[in-house]
Order: sequence, then structure tokens, then C-alpha cells
Amino acid sequence: MLKIENLHVDVDGTPILKGIDLEVRAGEVHAIMGPNGSGKSTLANVLTGRDGYEVTQGKISYRDRDLFALSTEERAREGIFLAFQYPVEIPGVSNLYLLKAALNSKRKHLGLGELSAVEFLKLIKEKVKLVQMKEEFLHRSVNQGFSGGEKKRNEILQLAVLEPLLAILDETDSGLDIDALKIVAHGVNSLRDAERAIIVVTHYQRLLDYIVPDYVHVLANGRVVKSGDKELALELEKHGYTQLVQSSGEGAARSAGA
Amino acid sequence: MTDPVRQSYVDSHRSVAQRLPGSAQPWLRRVREAGLSRFNNVGFPTLRDEDWKYTDVRVIAKQPFLPVLDPGDGVDGERLRPLSFAGLESHRCVFVNGHYAPHLSALGTLADGIVVDNLATVLNQQPRELEGELGRSAPGELHGFAALNTAYLMDGAYVRLGRNCELELPIELIYVSTGTDDNRRVTYPRNLIIAESGSRAVIVERFVGLGQNRYLTSAITEVIAGPSAHIDYYKLQEESQRAYHVHGLYLEQARDSAVTTNNIALGAAIARTDIQVSLAAPGTCSKLNGLYIGTGKQHIDNHTQVDHRSPHCISDEFYKGVLDGRARAVFHGRVVVHQDAQHTDAQQQNKNLLLSPNAEVDTKPQLEIYADDVKCSHGATVGQLDPDAIFYLRSRALDESTARNLLTYAFANDVINRFALDPIRRAMEGRLVSKLLHGQQLEDLA
Amino acid sequence: MTSPANDLDRLVGREYKEGFVTEIDAETLPPGLNEDVVRAISEKKREPAFMLEWRLQAYRHWLTMREPRWAQVQYSPIDYQAISYYSAPKQTPGPKSLEEVDPKLLETYEKLGIPLEEQKALAGVAVDAVFDSVSVKTTFRNTLAEAGVIFCSISEALQEHPELVRRYLGSVVPQGDNFYAALNSAVFSDGSFVYIPKGVRCPMELSTYFRINAMNTGQFERTLIIADEGSYVSYLEGCTAPMRDENQLHAAVVELIALENAQIKYSTVQNWYPGDELGRGGIYNFVTKRGACRGHRSKISWTQVETGSAITWKYPSVLLEGDGSVGEFYSVALTNNRQQADTGTKMIHIGKNTASTIISKGISAGHGQNTYRGLVKVLSGSDNARNYSQCDSLLLGDRCGAHTFPYVEVKNPTARVEHEATTSKISDDQLFYCRQRGLSEEDAVSMIVNGFCKEVFRELPMEFAVEAQKLLDVSLEGAVG
Repeated sequence: MLKIENLHVDVDGTPILKGIDLEVRAGEVHAIMGPNGSGKSTLANVLTGRDGYEVTQGKISYRDRDLFALSTEERAREGIFLAFQYPVEIPGVSNLYLLKAALNSKRKHLGLGELSAVEFLKLIKEKVKLVQMKEEFLHRSVNQGFSGGEKKRNEILQLAVLEPLLAILDETDSGLDIDALKIVAHGVNSLRDAERAIIVVTHYQRLLDYIVPDYVHVLANGRVVKSGDKELALELEKHGYTQLVQSSGEGAARSAGA
Repeated sequence: MTDPVRQSYVDSHRSVAQRLPGSAQPWLRRVREAGLSRFNNVGFPTLRDEDWKYTDVRVIAKQPFLPVLDPGDGVDGERLRPLSFAGLESHRCVFVNGHYAPHLSALGTLADGIVVDNLATVLNQQPRELEGELGRSAPGELHGFAALNTAYLMDGAYVRLGRNCELELPIELIYVSTGTDDNRRVTYPRNLIIAESGSRAVIVERFVGLGQNRYLTSAITEVIAGPSAHIDYYKLQEESQRAYHVHGLYLEQARDSAVTTNNIALGAAIARTDIQVSLAAPGTCSKLNGLYIGTGKQHIDNHTQVDHRSPHCISDEFYKGVLDGRARAVFHGRVVVHQDAQHTDAQQQNKNLLLSPNAEVDTKPQLEIYADDVKCSHGATVGQLDPDAIFYLRSRALDESTARNLLTYAFANDVINRFALDPIRRAMEGRLVSKLLHGQQLEDLA
Repeated sequence: MTSPANDLDRLVGREYKEGFVTEIDAETLPPGLNEDVVRAISEKKREPAFMLEWRLQAYRHWLTMREPRWAQVQYSPIDYQAISYYSAPKQTPGPKSLEEVDPKLLETYEKLGIPLEEQKALAGVAVDAVFDSVSVKTTFRNTLAEAGVIFCSISEALQEHPELVRRYLGSVVPQGDNFYAALNSAVFSDGSFVYIPKGVRCPMELSTYFRINAMNTGQFERTLIIADEGSYVSYLEGCTAPMRDENQLHAAVVELIALENAQIKYSTVQNWYPGDELGRGGIYNFVTKRGACRGHRSKISWTQVETGSAITWKYPSVLLEGDGSVGEFYSVALTNNRQQADTGTKMIHIGKNTASTIISKGISAGHGQNTYRGLVKVLSGSDNARNYSQCDSLLLGDRCGAHTFPYVEVKNPTARVEHEATTSKISDDQLFYCRQRGLSEEDAVSMIVNGFCKEVFRELPMEFAVEAQKLLDVSLEGAVG
């Protein structure tokens, strides 16, 4: 589904990613871990086409197409979804409105008809239950005045409604208490199936207790320094990143998940 | 139709022009003549001028005030003693009725590269030094008072901080006015402060009235802050209760300079301060703090203008006023973000507390924005003490007047806390208590 | 990826679909203004004698006045002698049945989406259609009459209810109030008149649709709405004009009077021709709108969506005279290309326990200049006055301007006045977030702008809220991506 080859990315002229290789197949859940500043969020932003990230080398193919040829919204319509680390507030625009506009723009792109108001509401009501949100949330402005946990749940609601093929969760666990974390994880897990791939970007192992990954990659200094299965995450929990980061200067390890 | 008062200022200028310091200098004569002709054209402002629509100066304009040509001799050190701020050590420069008073001043030792002197001396002895700098940061279109100051400029402070010079102690500039019994005197303090690149200083300007005479102070202070200069500036206005006070503070800030102006208005019957800040180069930061407290029939007008002419500049303005009795306050805060001054961050707040039924406030915050990538906001409020808060305090056993005083104090303290200079902050707390709270001791409360 | 700048240019290239001209025989006074013109207008309308006297007073006063120059707008001087002060389609005067109205006029309104046949009309909305200087048709008059509501053109009102007009005309905006109001008082030709009797809740939305058609003609309409004790009315006006290279003057006066416990809700969707992208042509919209909350607990609410006109100079205001009266002002003003708007409100607190709310949303794009100018004044007898003002500006592009000039004057210590203003642009984060959810940049901007205006749109009657949103989208078309 997603194939990243030798990806180098600069931000403001400073190299942040220095040769990433990663392959993600449908049905797989990959966790990308690493200390602060290792480039995890950069990777998520590059995958979704955010401005300000200059790809200096390498390529990414998504479903056998050159990802860089697609604009941010085209990627979204083609099934790439980013659950933001810091969801953005949009005053005056209701959650419901954004969801409907997003879903219909995707359906239109895929040649499906727009959902009628009744069909749409029915769908939403189902999804809202999944993340245990009150329906009144739908009528509030997007993320405005939401608590940290509410914002993250709202991201998962959007994820559930838009049913992407490739979901990227950027530090979705940060700022969540354990109950909210379980709700979020439950939402994500219910979307796991053979067609869908998920990339979980996280600093801590905690979320991986609830969303169990097939593969774990450790990112440090802009490179994947180690890959393994879920045991690697537990190991990191015990020993921390320090050792791995120190050895990362000696060249990037190949991704075992590829 | 000639206005006889306007004419009398022009006429009296003719008769004194030769006696003004540096009068032989052609460049200085041009500066003064330009000021005089400006005054002759515009006269004193009227309510029809948008910038003066809430401040009526007819009472000043109806009779001519006469310049004080010679330093008076009636002020001795004893009379000044009560004015000292506890704990404030400074390089002190005192002017009496517009003229330098060496016997009252204590300049102390100044490091190399630092000049603190009086303007008249410099204009007489090294007049070329100020050519092109005096009047440089003043706006092109002076109002009548500023024009008169320029026409009559005689004396004031001259401060120059050389490159990378840092002053440990503040420079304290005190302008003492006594007026005369005829109640017809005007002084024109003119001050020039030049901070060269990387220099750093605290400047305290104080306008003080002694006695009960009516007089007019028409002052201008120009501040030129060079690249990376840091200036912490205080103005404390405590003119006599019958005096008129008009002061223009004009600031020009070069790249990466940081200037804080703290403007405190307590005295005078009519007080008007214009602060104009030009952020002419990237990376500059300007903070404007203000506190005005009006009682009796005082009229206090603060007019600020911040011009963001360059990208990546920050301005933060915070003015608060407390009005009691029949006092009236005017706040006009204009922020202009010029085209291409992108990444401007300009914030402004003006809050007013009305304590009596006859007090009045007119506030006019203005944002004028011609660039798009900006973060600008302003807010203005007028209100009274929160009855819920008073009730709360009373339920905690405070009597009503103590509760009101405490809340008033808390309101003003918000600005006072922004003053970095400790002795000034403490002195202001004292002033607040004596002026507003009828001397009630709050130490054990606050 | 498309750059915002390019999209901006694309959006600016919008079309003004109301810009057509109706070819119709008209009776037009030659350009110029003097007492004879004032007399001629009054005579054409067969007005009572007091009205002519009133107009002449206004005219004489106008001669002594100067055009105001304090607004943040720039335009070349207006030659008041080059304007024609009266133009009306040739037809039989007086109230008429639909069959008597020129089919070309019916067609014009049809094209503008305002059908004048009652069976085709929007449910629950009565329309007064004003074409240049005259009212051509008022719908649903009979339905309204049953409720005792008078809704007709002001010319008719002068014939049929002269005592009402005489009593209230100029009682809120005096003849000499300002330069444009004086001009209007001298030469106004038509406009709407509404009277809601005591205790009546007007059964329908009332609306007036103003259309300027003739060339070199000024439109000077005059609207007078009186809500008697305990009554309620919601009124809406819409405005359009053909595209022409010359500027045309529109100087209207609207007066509202709310008596005890009465409520007037006045909404405007202003879409006069804004001129082209280089600033050629467009309407000069110099309007005086003011309401008096004369009775205790009365309420006047202004809602305006201003997307048209080359220049807008307009400050719908409320005099809060009655104790406990309430004034509201909700405004969206959009300036694109070379449009300039200087608009806002005055809330004058006179009675006790009065409250006012001001919500203003300014959007500037292209070279547009958008100014909020407002006055909140609390007089000394107005105990416990409350005001809350929020003025937000949104900038789209780096050659436009947004200005906020509030004036707050408080002479009573029990007042609580709060003013807040912010200026910002759409953040890159917001745009990226929406695009990551699959929205195009243009849709994202439109959505964010509409969200920005939501507090105002929700004050509009339902049908018009939808209309206003569309109008905003069209006006912004090309302005952003």
C-alpha cells in the first residue's frame, strides 16, 4: 500500500529525515516510536503533504502511485487520514458540517453519490457511539473549547466516518487519561481489517498496549534505527531510547517490516 | 482675522529669540522658526480636531502664558527632599521652571561614553553635536503645543549612551515647576535621549509641581533607540493641581531594540500626553504601560500611536485608569500596521474603573491594518467594582469601604506590577493609597 | 499544489450576475438639483403641502452643509449637479393590480429571484419592489391589511396615512442630521412604509427589494417603520444594480420607531454593483439608518450583510430611549477588489437598564479596505447600561486593509462597556486541517469564512441566511483558494 524509499526531508534547510525506508501493506499496523525530535511528526506531515517540508531525496508510492504528485486533499480523498497531534480549532464551523463536507468530497471523488441528510445523520449517530461522544458535540464548532481528550476523540470520530485506507495517528495518546485512551483505542481497533493499514506514531509504549502493532520501528536522528515486532516496544519501555539513539550514528538499520 | 493670543506668542518669540541658547546657529534657528510658523498656522487645538475631540484646551488658549527666561532661585534642596523615592539611587538631573539647576542635581560618576547634560549648555558649547538629531523623531505635523515647544526650546536633558554602554543606576530627570503668582508662566522642557547600539539604561522623567500656582508645562522628549538598545522609560506626572501639562514623547526604534514606556499620570488640572512610537526596523519590541488616576475635576488625556513599519515587530500596550470625583479621562490608542509589516504582533488593552457618578471616560482604541499576516487585537472596558467581589469580601468580614479600596488597589496594581523598577513600584503603591484610598493602609490587606 | 496567491486572483474574477439592464421607457428628470427639482418631485407624487415645505427646508439646510470626509474611504468628488434626481418607469401611477405592471418589470424581478406574483412568492414574505425612484408593486397587501398592518410605498402612505407619516418622518433622523440625510430629505422619491398596530405580531416577513436601473440616476429612498406598543415585525431589504462604468449614488434614509414592548428586526442583504476589479463603476452607498427604541422594553435589531457597493458609508444605529430597551447590531461586511466600506453602528444609551450588543465581522480581500467605526455612548442618566462589542477582521491577501475605530464614551459609573477586536488571517493550520479531510482549498476557505460570519448569519431570517452565504461565496470567488 505504502512504500517509502530512502526519504530525505529538510525543514528550513535543516535535514530532519535522513533516509527512511518503510513498507506498509494493507491490514498491517505499524508503530513508529522515537524520542522527541526524531522526525516522527515530520514523517506524518510529509505523508499528508503539509507545506514547509522539502523532500530532498527518495520517493513514496501509495497504492502504486507517486504520492508527491497528489495534493493534500487528493491524498485525503484517496484514503490517507491523519489524526492530528494538535487538532485545529475552526470557530463557527460545526463538527457536523465539516464531517459532511469531508465525507461528500471524498464520495464525489470516488464517483459515489453524496449522502442525503438523512443517510448522513444515520451514519454519524452510529459512529458517535463508537467514540462515546454526546451528540451535542456534533453541533459545536470544530474543536473549539474542547478538552484535550475531546479533541482526540473527535479525530477518531472523523477517522471512523471517513474510513480511510491508511490511517496515521500522530501522538494520539498524548494528553489522554486512561479512560479516554481506551475509548480511542477501541475506536481504532474496530476499524482494523484486511483492507486498512494503520501507522501509529507515538513516544510511549502505553498506547500499544491497546492498539497492538504488527511491527514497531524506532526512529532516531532521522533514521529508522531498529525494527521489530511488538516486543521491541516493551523493550524500549524498559531500557529507554538512549542506547538505540547512540548507536544510530553508525548507519540506519533496514526496516524489518519491509 | 488674527487671534490675539496666538499673535502674542509669535510677538514674544521675536523679543526673546536672541536670548535663546544656541540662537546663533542657523540650523537651530530653522528648527525654531519652523515650530513658530507651524504654531502660527495651526494655533491651539480645538474640539474639532479629531485628536483633541474630548480635550478642551480653550482655558489654556484664552490668555497667553509667558516664557520663564531665567532660572528661579526659590527652590532649595530642602523643598525637594520629600520628592525622593525611597531606595532609588540615581544619576539625578534637576530643572527648575524649565532651567537646569546644577545645585540640585547629582550626576554622580558616569562611565565613559555616557553623557548626561543639559541641553542649553550643549547648544551653547557644542551646538553642532545635535544638528539633525534634535527634532528628528518628532512627527512632521506637530500640534500647537509641540510646535510652541519647538519654537521656544531652551533647556532640558540631553542623554547620550554610547555604543554598548550599560548604566547600572537609573537616570532621573526631574522638572520642577513653581509657577509665579500671576499664574501665567509656561515652561518648555525639551529632552533628547539617544541610545546607541547595544546600550542599556533606565530613564525616569518626573514632572513635579510645587505650590498651588497655575502654570503650563509644554514638554517634548525625543528618544532614539539604536539597534539592540534596551530602554526602560518611566514618566511620572505630578504637576500641581491647577497646572496644565502637555507632553509629547516621540520614540524611534531601530532593529532589535526594546523599549518599555511606563506612563503614570496623577497630577495637573488638564494633562495630555502623546506617545508616538515608530517601529521602523525588524525585530523591535515596544511595551507601553500606563496608569492614570483622576480625582476632583482633573482631565487626563493619553494619546498613543504605535506605527508598525517593519515586519516581525511586537507591541504590547496596557493602560488602566481609575476615575473618581468629577474627573474625566481620555484614552486614544492607535495602532497602525503598515503594508508589508508582516508577522506583526500588536496587542492593546485599555481598562477603566469609574468610582463616582460624575466621573467620565472616553476611550478610542484604533486598529488600522494594511498587512495580512498579523496578530492584532485590542480591547477596551469601562466598568465599576464588581458587586459580587465586594459582597464576597464583606462576607469575609471586611467592611464595605475596605473592600472597595482593596479591589480598587487590585485593579491598579495590575499595571504597577508591570513596572520593573522596584522603588517606583513601591512609590506608586503609596501614591495610589494616598490619592485614591484616602490614606487607608492596605499593607496588611494587599 | 496551488499557491494561495493564484487562487486569490482566480476568486477575484467573479461575475456580478445581477448586472443586467432593463430596457424600459422611463420618465427621468434632467440632471441637476435646485428648488424647482425638489418642487417637481413633490408635485409628481402629489404630496400634501407640508411635505413640500419639509423637503424645501431640508434642501436649504443641505446647501449649507459640507460632504463628510472623515470616513476611511477615498473617491473622486461627486458632482451633485450631474445626477438625475428622479427616474420612474412610465406607467399609470398609484396602487395597481399585477396586470397593470409593465411585464418588463415583472421579468426583471423574476430574474432577480423576487417573483411579484403572490402564488410564486416565497412563503410568508411580502415584497415591496422599488425600481429607481418608484415603488412598482407591493405584494400581499390584503393579507397584511387583515391583520391591520400597513405595508405600502411611502408615496402611497403620504396619500393615505399622511398623519402617521407627518408624525414620525424625520423624528429619528432629522432633516439636517448629516449631509446625505439632508439630501435625501429634499429629494427622496420612494421607499417603504410600515405600520404595525398595537399588539400585532406581523404575520409575514416584510421585505423591500431596491433596484437601480436608469443611468446617471441617484436613488434616494426613504423607509419608515413604526412598531406600535407590543408589536413585532421582521423586515428585510435587498439591493442590486446594473454594471456600469460610472459610479452611481445611493443615499437612503431608514427610520425605525419601536414603542413600548415593540420589537423591530431589520435585515439587509446589500449587493449593489461593487464596480469591476480595477475599481471602475459601482454604487456609492451613503446611507443613514437609525432606530429609536422609544418605549420601555422595546428592541431594535439591525442585521446587515454588505457585499456590494464600491463605497459603503453606513452606521445603522439605535437610540435606546426607553428604560430596559435593547439594541443590537450584527454585521458582515466584505470588501474585495477595490471596494471600500466604512461601516458600524452607534448605540446611544439614554434610558435606564438599557443593553446593546455589537457583533461585526469584516472580511477584506484583494485591495479592499474595510473599516469598522462605532460609537457606544452612555449618557449620565442611563443607569446600569450594558454594552458588549466584538469586532473581528479577517484578511485574505496582503494588499487589503482592515481597520477598527470604536469610540466609547461613558458618563455613568454604573455602565459596563466591553469592546474587543481581533484581526487575523485564515491560519495555515486551519487550511491544512480541512484539506487533510479532503476539502479543496477554495471550499475550505469558504467554510472558514462562513464559520467566521456565523454569529451574524444566524440572526438572519432562514431563507436569507442561505442567500447571504451564497452571496459571500460568490463575492469571494477567486479571492482565495
